[in-house]
Amino acid sequence: MKRNDFILAAVIIIISVFSIFAMRFFSKEGDYVVITVDGVAYASFALSDDRVIRIGESGPDYNTINIEDKKVYISDADCPDRICVNHRPISKTGETIVCLPHRLSVTIKQSETDDYSFDAVSE
Amino acid sequence: MKENEFKTKSAYNISMYAIYVALAFILSYIESLFPISIGIPGVKPGFANIVTVYIIYTSGRPSSLFGVTLLRTVLLACTFGNISTLLYSVCGGLLSASVMHILYKTNLFSVFGVSIAGGVTHNAGQLTVAAFILDTKELIYYFPVLLITGMIAGFAVGYIANICIKRISRPSGRISNNNN
Repeated sequence: MKRNDFILAAVIIIISVFSIFAMRFFSKEGDYVVITVDGVAYASFALSDDRVIRIGESGPDYNTINIEDKKVYISDADCPDRICVNHRPISKTGETIVCLPHRLSVTIKQSETDDYSFDAVSE
Repeated sequence: MKENEFKTKSAYNISMYAIYVALAFILSYIESLFPISIGIPGVKPGFANIVTVYIIYTSGRPSSLFGVTLLRTVLLACTFGNISTLLYSVCGGLLSASVMHILYKTNLFSVFGVSIAGGVTHNAGQLTVAAFILDTKELIYYFPVLLITGMIAGFAVGYIANICIKRISRPSGRISNNNN
């Protein structure tokens, strides 16, 4: 290995460790979960109420999203890789579970921001 | 004679590319049998990159490099049914191949550095394209993790590729005892 290799590796490690700590530092317990499908906000739910949400109700391409104890996780999906199902439950702002095959993402937010105003669900 | 030589040469190249594609394909397949499930898309060893690094260090021709990368990703997506993620894999693969090729040309890094850069840019490219298509900037949340895993994967790939480059002799492009 050359010296430059070590410099490259060190730079990468510093950048990622720094950003991981920065994210940890600035994130707090979130209050809302926003579900996005195809880049469009689909629905938003308060974390305080336990519930089960099924996206794509009938037929294939479904994701079952659970809210439990102020944590969100995907309990079931029929995507080929099932990466989203294996993700640990999320509860802090900014934390995200993504299902690439279904173009779906689940993100924790501090509040229902004005970007996302739905008549579907609100307190 | 000249024409004959050209024919054997191109036949040789075609068979070499085919071997590269087949090897990369098998490596990806073996890798898919042992999924790493931490719930973040794009976290994988990427052993097919061993072939990419090997091509860069032995043949070094961009045409073979990009051809093999493109074919491998498309074939894999068609065979193991993940068409939806094809675009991300292609973009990540091509980006990492070009970055590795350029870094190899600059001669600043060893196999390890080149391969680490390849692993990291593969993940970065994939993530950027995915964030763009999905229109979710939240994917950035995975960026630091993917940097680290890309680096570890790149190091492992570099280690194996280094051995391969040393042990497997450089394809000469000539066939000995040509019977024609």
